[in-house]
Amino acid sequence: MSFLANLFNRKSSAPVARDRLQILLAHERANLGEGKSDLLVQLQKEIMEVISRHIAVDQDKVQVKLDRGSGCSMLEIDIEVPGIEQNGKEKKGDAHSV
Amino acid sequence: MAQVLVVTSGKGGVGKTTTTAALGAALAKTGKSVVVVDFDVGLRNLDLVMGAERRVVFDLVNVIQGDAKLNQALIKDKRLDTLSLLPASQTRDKDALTEEGVAKVMAELKEKFDWVVCDSPAGIERGAQLAMAHADQAVIVTNPEVSSVRDSDRIIGMLDSTTEKAKTGEKMPKHLLLTRYDPARAARGEMLSVDDVLDILSIPLIGIIPESQDVLRSSNLGAPVTLAAPESAPARAYFEAVRRLAGEKVDVTVPTEKKGLFDWLFKRGAA
Repeated sequence: MSFLANLFNRKSSAPVARDRLQILLAHERANLGEGKSDLLVQLQKEIMEVISRHIAVDQDKVQVKLDRGSGCSMLEIDIEVPGIEQNGKEKKGDAHSV
Repeated sequence: MAQVLVVTSGKGGVGKTTTTAALGAALAKTGKSVVVVDFDVGLRNLDLVMGAERRVVFDLVNVIQGDAKLNQALIKDKRLDTLSLLPASQTRDKDALTEEGVAKVMAELKEKFDWVVCDSPAGIERGAQLAMAHADQAVIVTNPEVSSVRDSDRIIGMLDSTTEKAKTGEKMPKHLLLTRYDPARAARGEMLSVDDVLDILSIPLIGIIPESQDVLRSSNLGAPVTLAAPESAPARAYFEAVRRLAGEKVDVTVPTEKKGLFDWLFKRGAA
């Protein structure tokens, strides 16, 4: 059994590498060309500007998570909002597709 | 007190990034909190070897320039919760890293983690100097090959002259990690032997990583070899290196592949 598992594992790593690179490079080619700014940094900045216009936000309490996929990417911004309503966590999810 | 370890070599392609990931994960497996930091600004790759390339939002340069907090740039490993990554940026601006900025980030990282493992870029310029600037100790990754040994010698000189430790007159502990080693070829005199390299560089040996298919397989999968193939020869060599880093006395040997029945049959058939 273990040698069979070994056999399959050994054969399967290059396709994984190829898929990972294709997804990564598609994003990098789109974002790293001449004169292109970092979309995510820009998005995060502008979203933060809008929110801080209405409430005082502690930069330390903002978590930005990202998962780049082949079809679409998930940008998730977690902002701890102090004192309003049930002083819980307010979640803002935002996705942009490629 | 946090320990800062720089993984450096001078020459490119000898295994700095592989080693940073493997040592970082091996250290984290001992229960210590570990961050691996990519200093290769412009050509980041540690994220890819760690399998976190899809999750990079902010990087070292964003933190230094104040665009993001350190906490926002740190990426927690999905397999080991004691392991984190601080990615490099892809900017082409060579001056994006400042001495003061790096000093500030390193101080913050030392507060948060037990081990800070810095992956140096190749070369001997600014990036490599900043990566080693705050190190408490250094791992010099060397291939048993003339150009790699020569470049390691240059780097050893820099560790003793340009780092913060050197400036205060302290000695930087340095460890040699020999990678892509093939004992059979060395025995036949086709490859510099461990003793040859040790004679020339005269720094203590922390490990010998044998040439192995598991290293490429792990980077294909986006996992440090110490996580993807912990029983493999290179992983065992990295685990032993970590024990030596922690001060344990362990004789340095070249771990060999544990052959399964299938490998054994296959090898015999092929031979």
